[in-house]
Amino acid sequence: MTSSAAGRLSLWLLLTPFVLWILLLVLVPHLQMLRVSFQVRESWDSLSWGLDQYQNFFSEAYYWRTFVRTGVMSLFTTFLTLLIAFPIAWYIAKMARGRAKGILFLACLIPFWASELVRTYGWMILLRESGLFSAWLQALGWVDGPVEMLYNDVAVIVGLVYNGLLFMVVPLVTTLDGMDENLVEAGYDLGGGHATVLREIVVPWAMPGVVSGCIVVFMLTLGSYLTPVLMGGKDSAWFTEQIFTQFITRFNWEQGAALGVLLLFLSSLMVWLGLKLSGQSLRKVMG
Amino acid sequence: MIRSVPRSRLFDSLYLAYLVAFFVYLALPLLVTAAFAFNDSPFPSLPWQGFTLDWYLADGSAGRTGLFHDDGLLGALWVSVQIAFWVTLASVALGCVNAVLFERLQFRGKEFLYLLMLLPLVIPGVILGVSILVFYSGMANDVSRLWGLELDVFRPGMTLVVMGQVTFITTLATLVIGARLRKFDPQLEEAALNLGATPLVAWFTVTLPWLMPSIFGAAAMAFLMSFENFNTTVMLTGSDTPLTVALFNRLREGSTPVLNAVALFLMVVSALLALLTMRQSQGR
Amino acid sequence: MTTASDLSCHGLVRRFGRQSAVDHISLDVPAGTFFSILGPSGCGKTTLLRLLAGFDKPDAGDIHIRGQRMNDVPPNRRPVNMVFQHLALFPTMSVGDNIAYGLKRRKVASAERNKRVAKVLEQVGLPGLEHRNPQELSGGQRQRVALARCLVLEPTLLLLDEPLGALDLKLREQMKIELKHLQKQFGTTFVYITHDQSEAMVMSDQVAVMKNGRFDQVAPPEDLYREPATPFVAGFVGDNNQLVGEVVSVRDNLAEIRLEDGEVVRGRVASGGVKAGGRAELYVRPESLVLTGDALNEGYSAMQARVRTTLFDGANSRVEAAKGDQPVYARLPQDGSAPRLTTDGIIRLAWDPMLARVFAAGNP
Ligand SMILES: Nc1ncnc2c1ncn2[C@@H]1O[C@H](COP(=O)(O)OP(=O)(O)OP(=O)(O)O)[C@@H](O)[C@H]1O
Ligand SMILES: [Mg+2]
Repeated sequence: MTSSAAGRLSLWLLLTPFVLWILLLVLVPHLQMLRVSFQVRESWDSLSWGLDQYQNFFSEAYYWRTFVRTGVMSLFTTFLTLLIAFPIAWYIAKMARGRAKGILFLACLIPFWASELVRTYGWMILLRESGLFSAWLQALGWVDGPVEMLYNDVAVIVGLVYNGLLFMVVPLVTTLDGMDENLVEAGYDLGGGHATVLREIVVPWAMPGVVSGCIVVFMLTLGSYLTPVLMGGKDSAWFTEQIFTQFITRFNWEQGAALGVLLLFLSSLMVWLGLKLSGQSLRKVMG
Repeated sequence: MIRSVPRSRLFDSLYLAYLVAFFVYLALPLLVTAAFAFNDSPFPSLPWQGFTLDWYLADGSAGRTGLFHDDGLLGALWVSVQIAFWVTLASVALGCVNAVLFERLQFRGKEFLYLLMLLPLVIPGVILGVSILVFYSGMANDVSRLWGLELDVFRPGMTLVVMGQVTFITTLATLVIGARLRKFDPQLEEAALNLGATPLVAWFTVTLPWLMPSIFGAAAMAFLMSFENFNTTVMLTGSDTPLTVALFNRLREGSTPVLNAVALFLMVVSALLALLTMRQSQGR
Repeated sequence: MTTASDLSCHGLVRRFGRQSAVDHISLDVPAGTFFSILGPSGCGKTTLLRLLAGFDKPDAGDIHIRGQRMNDVPPNRRPVNMVFQHLALFPTMSVGDNIAYGLKRRKVASAERNKRVAKVLEQVGLPGLEHRNPQELSGGQRQRVALARCLVLEPTLLLLDEPLGALDLKLREQMKIELKHLQKQFGTTFVYITHDQSEAMVMSDQVAVMKNGRFDQVAPPEDLYREPATPFVAGFVGDNNQLVGEVVSVRDNLAEIRLEDGEVVRGRVASGGVKAGGRAELYVRPESLVLTGDALNEGYSAMQARVRTTLFDGANSRVEAAKGDQPVYARLPQDGSAPRLTTDGIIRLAWDPMLARVFAAGNP
């Protein structure tokens, strides 16, 4: 703007906080976590390098089964969230008008003014044995005794989808809003049916929103802790739970770090795959 | 499918039914949680025993302790407020600086740094917490073992929680403020210079007022995000537990309507904060 | 500096990579005058103005304002103000605050400030609009606010970058005249940029015609029109017909040119390098062309052309004819003196050779 010396000074002034933040809070801690995951504790104060933690992971079926289960359930949840959210986003972006549009959009946001814990708690009150659904079913005479609907995989998925909806609806509404309705009209005008128009026009247009929503929902689901722990049953363990156990209960940081690295690897891989398959870039999807 | 394309009656009514079902699904858990905050029964479940404010006001004399007399929860609330305050301050300040850096300056490697900036969004919250715990707490352990120095700030506790939350909330603040700055016409700054302002004065009188709505928005978002965060926080918290962690611990012991009372209280506060920022940004 | 020159530049150069957006420009603007820079889009007008305002630094050359060298003075210390191409009114401030902005930077007391803001608003014809938002004003009103924001500072020099570009045609006509009046009223020196030759002609005392980063000619509007110094000026300022051919002879400053179809026409030599045997371009204005039957004024040059169509536009009506594949326009007087024209009919166009200009072809 003025002289180049002043320009360089302001660049350094602005760059420094950014670099400190990204180095001290993101890069260095993660590298350290990676390092620790390759350390083997021989006694309380001596360490050596090794792959023991990773061997543990692959040799103990409990670990990798949970790992695979978490990944698959997260994918399924993401897909389900997309299916549920798309018609809603479509309605808000393309069918609702004026005030209704704004109100519906806000209504989608309202549940997320409560924290994940509160939302999960709400579902617990509804689904558990002494919960509302059970009571209502009994009152209707459809069942004889109390029914337990909590503590199983379906309950977990219901809760996870609920948590992810906002992050799916918002990007979808934003991209669909930007779509010119003439495109759809032209699609029908040129002889397309519902399915063709959806496949050839709407979905390609909405792709950035779909990818962005899916990435965020997948990340959130994969990394969620409260919902699976509070709503899941004995054998619906979530991978984050195991990380938590290693760190907080067993104080086995090396094993915990290795599990953390694996989870990070899985999530990065899925994000990368999602971007590659849909031909989007992280910058376009997130920024 | 759009308004101008004809649809069948059946399709329309099915669509409507779906919409209604969706919003019921959204609202039900929260409505139920809110309602049981006023049920005059020691358990948050049916049957309805009548209306009471005990779960807010009871002082423990009748076997019930309401939220406003529950020192544990109030203490945790205060811890959460402090954490959220520092997180908001740090991440909004960093967000402003980053936004200017990425929207207004040109330098080599900018694309790459921008991707780094987005990184915290694609790292699960638990991992953010774990990595910071491993690095800083591990460092404190090593320092203590080798030199006998106690770096207590880096032990699990409020400082680490703030650091962990700042990690990803900064990215969000950067995106919010950056989006607004992108719409700023840099010629306005030149116009200010032309009218006799120094670059610094031009920044404070022209650019900053333009950014103000987004800064408020980012601050409100940062506060809420921090307040509600669990995944990162739980890994880093020490003896002074913030509210979400305290609630979680209570919930594991068993649920009481006090939890409903806290939940409703939080919802109301969040809603007020959100409304306030919306009013603010609409007013401009 | 002996003359009261408000702005004088010498050998200004600004390069972007290999291209010179401003290429050795020198200019001198006397105090209190209205100076226009006229040129097609992309010729470097904005770049030049940004050099003057100090947002950009020249690669070579000097800028003096009221005799003081400005090259190293930052933009906020220069006694120049600028009306931006897109106005750049601060959206976060009211009209009053926009206008008071510069006064505040000069630490003018608030009572005095308010007085001056009210006064200048009155002068630009918007009394009492201090509390409005700039977004709530019409295009023309915004224009005036942008002007008032600069004029309230009583600058030595006011730079205007195509300020009327965003307005619709009618408003533009009106603002043209108003700007000229405001300039007279305030006595400020205006440096006005435009690509619209009519704006430049109506308002200016001096016009510089710019092309590819250079000035082709600097002259009062009338001289520019009557005595264009280059073919570019002849073609760019006002309507003009261009005829290309080979020079047959040059005598007494009059050149005879043989056109493609063999007809010989005449015009006054306006540049060096017009030699017998060379190629040349002849420019003659539509209003200099007369439609003749057979009777030819003494000494006139004439040629035949084929009628394509007539363009009726009141007093501006013209006939479009073709000479070879070149279009030729001639004015059609609407006083009944023009003959009846039929499409594809042959007409004879004549002109006083002293009113036609001949330039050597390929000479920039
Ligand atoms: N910052 C820049 N970097 C590179 N080239 C530039 C820059 N600014 C201007 N140019 C080039 O310099 C030339 C002159 O640009 P300038 O903006 O001065 O034109 P102009 O006469 O103001 O045009 P217009 O009438 O369209 O506003 C153009 O070719 C443009 O591409
Ligand atoms: Mg320009």
